Amino acid sequence: MSALGTLGTGTTGGVDTTDKASDEPARRGRWVPYALLAPGLLWLVVFFAVPMVVQGSTSLQTGNLTKGYDLTWHWAGYWDAIEQYHPQFLRSFGYAAAATVMCLVIGYPLAYAIAFKAGKWRGMWLVLVIAPFFTSFLVRTLAWKTILADNGIVVDVLNTLRFTDVTAFLGLTQDDRVLATPLAVICGLTYNFLPFMVLPLYACLERIDPRLHEAAGDLYASPRTTFVKVTFPLSLPGVVSGTLLTFIPASGDYVNAQWLGSPDTGMAGNVIQTQFLRVLDYPTAAALSFILMLLIVLMVTAYIRKAGTEDLV
Amino acid sequence: MAVVNWLRRNVVVLIGLLALGYMTLPNIVVLMFSFNDPNGRFNYTWNGFTTDAWENPCGVAGICDSVEVSLRIAVSSTLIATALGTAIAFALGRYRFRARGAINTLLFLPMSMPEVVMGASLGTLFLNMRINTGFTTILIAHIMFCLSFVVVAVKARVLGMDPKLEEAARDLYASPTQVFLRVTLPLAAPGIGAGAMLAFALSFDDFVITNFTSGNTVTFPMFVYGAAQRGTPPQINVIGSAMFVIAVLIVMIGRIRASRRARQPA
Repeated sequence: MSALGTLGTGTTGGVDTTDKASDEPARRGRWVPYALLAPGLLWLVVFFAVPMVVQGSTSLQTGNLTKGYDLTWHWAGYWDAIEQYHPQFLRSFGYAAAATVMCLVIGYPLAYAIAFKAGKWRGMWLVLVIAPFFTSFLVRTLAWKTILADNGIVVDVLNTLRFTDVTAFLGLTQDDRVLATPLAVICGLTYNFLPFMVLPLYACLERIDPRLHEAAGDLYASPRTTFVKVTFPLSLPGVVSGTLLTFIPASGDYVNAQWLGSPDTGMAGNVIQTQFLRVLDYPTAAALSFILMLLIVLMVTAYIRKAGTEDLV
Repeated sequence: MAVVNWLRRNVVVLIGLLALGYMTLPNIVVLMFSFNDPNGRFNYTWNGFTTDAWENPCGVAGICDSVEVSLRIAVSSTLIATALGTAIAFALGRYRFRARGAINTLLFLPMSMPEVVMGASLGTLFLNMRINTGFTTILIAHIMFCLSFVVVAVKARVLGMDPKLEEAARDLYASPTQVFLRVTLPLAAPGIGAGAMLAFALSFDDFVITNFTSGNTVTFPMFVYGAAQRGTPPQINVIGSAMFVIAVLIVMIGRIRASRRARQPA
C-alpha cells in the first residue's frame, strides 16, 4: 500500500545520496557498485536508450513494408508530420494542461485534508485514494462512458444547471451532451491521473513541521495568512512533482481521447498509435513520437528551471 | 452563524470527501454493472439485475486466459525488476562510483517519458531486429518500465536505514554474508516489498506499452481494449471488481496485523 506513497516521497525528496554513502565498503571492493548497477542499467540501455536511437533513425527513413526501409535522412518527414498533425499536438498539450490544473484544484484540498484534517482516519483516506487503482484503468475509463451517457443523471443535472451552456460557449461541449466532447476527455484525464497529483502533494505536506503552523499562529497570522505564507510555499516541491507526474502521462494518453472523445478530439498519442499499429507507416509514427518526446523534454526542462527544483530523482 | 462557521472550518474536508467520491465513483459503477443483464453487446446502460456474470466469470471466450497471461507476466516481471532494481538501489544508496549523474538521468527518464513514446520506440526496435512480438517482448518491456519505480522505492528505504546496525553486527563478528542476510536484507524488506507491489500493479495494469509489444498475445488490458470495440461483457466488470476487492482485503489484513503487532507488549 505504501508503494505509491513511497513513489511520491521518492520523487519529491531532495536527499543528496552522496553524503550518506559510507566510505567503508567502498574501500573494500571498488568493483562492487558497478557489479550491482550493471545488469539493471544494461537492461535500461538496451531496451530504453537504444530503442530511442533506433526510433530516431527510423524517423529519417523512407520506403515501404514490402520493399523495406532505407536511411535517407528524410527530414521532410518531420515537416509533413508537423504540418498534418499539429492540431493533435496542440490538443494533447491543451487537454493535458487543463487536466493538470483541474487535478491541482481538486487534489490540493484532498492532500491537505489527508495531511492535516484526517487525524486517525488518515490511513483510511490514503487507502481510498490508492484502492481504485486496483481495478484496471481501462475498465474504470469504460465506466465513465456510463456515467457521462447522454441521458444519464450527470448530464441531466449539468443541463438543468445550464453548466453545459457555459462549456458549449467555451467550445468544450456540444448539443447538451458531454460524451464525445473535449470536456469528457479532460474529465477522464483528470480522473485517471489525480492520484499522481495527490500522493506527491500529500508526501510533501505531511513533512511540514506542525510547529511552523503554531509559530505562525503565535505571531498573529490568520489561518489564511498561515496558508499563503507558510504552508503553500513549503508545499511547492510537491506541486512541481505532482504537476509533472500528471502532465507528462496525460499528454501522451490516447485511451481517454479514443473512448470518451470523438474523432475531433484526437491527441498526439492517438496519431502515433494509429500510424504504428493500423497504417503501419513506421517512419511517420517514429517522427511523431520523437516530436512528442522532444516537446515534453523541452517543456519539462523549462518548467523545472523556472520552478527551481532540480533534484527530482 | 454556527453553520457558517462549521462550514468554514470544514470546507477542506468537504472538498476532500467530494474528491474521494469522484475517485471512487467509477469503481462503484464498475461493481454495479457487473450485476447488469445488458441488452445487446455493450454493457453501458442498466437493463436488469442478474448474477450470471459472477456465476460464470470465464463465460466469455479468452477472458480468463488473458488474466492468466497477465498474471504470469506480472509475476515474472516483478521478480526480475525487483532483483535488478534492488541491486541498483543498494549501489546508489551505499557506494561511491563514477557517472552518478548520468545514471540518475538514465533511471529518471523512463519514469518521465510518456508511455506511448516508450511503446512506439520499443516496437520500432523489435521491428528493426525482426523479433516477433509476443509474451517475451511484453515481459522485456514491463521489466524496463518497472525498474526505475523499484529503484525509487528501495532507495528511499536504504537511505533511511541506520548504518550503525550493520556496524554493530560486524563488531559482533558476523561475516559479510551474515550481515547482509540477517541485518541488511530484513531492514530493507519493507522498501523491497513496496517496490515489488508497485511493479506488480504497474505490470498487471499496463496497456499502452503492451499494445505496441504484444503481437498476438492477449493480456487482460488488451482483452478489455479489444472488447471495447467488439462488445463489453459484464465479466470484464466482474474481474475488475474482484481485483479491487482482493487488493483491498490484502491491504486491510496487512493493516490489522500491523496494528496487532504494535499493540503486543515487546
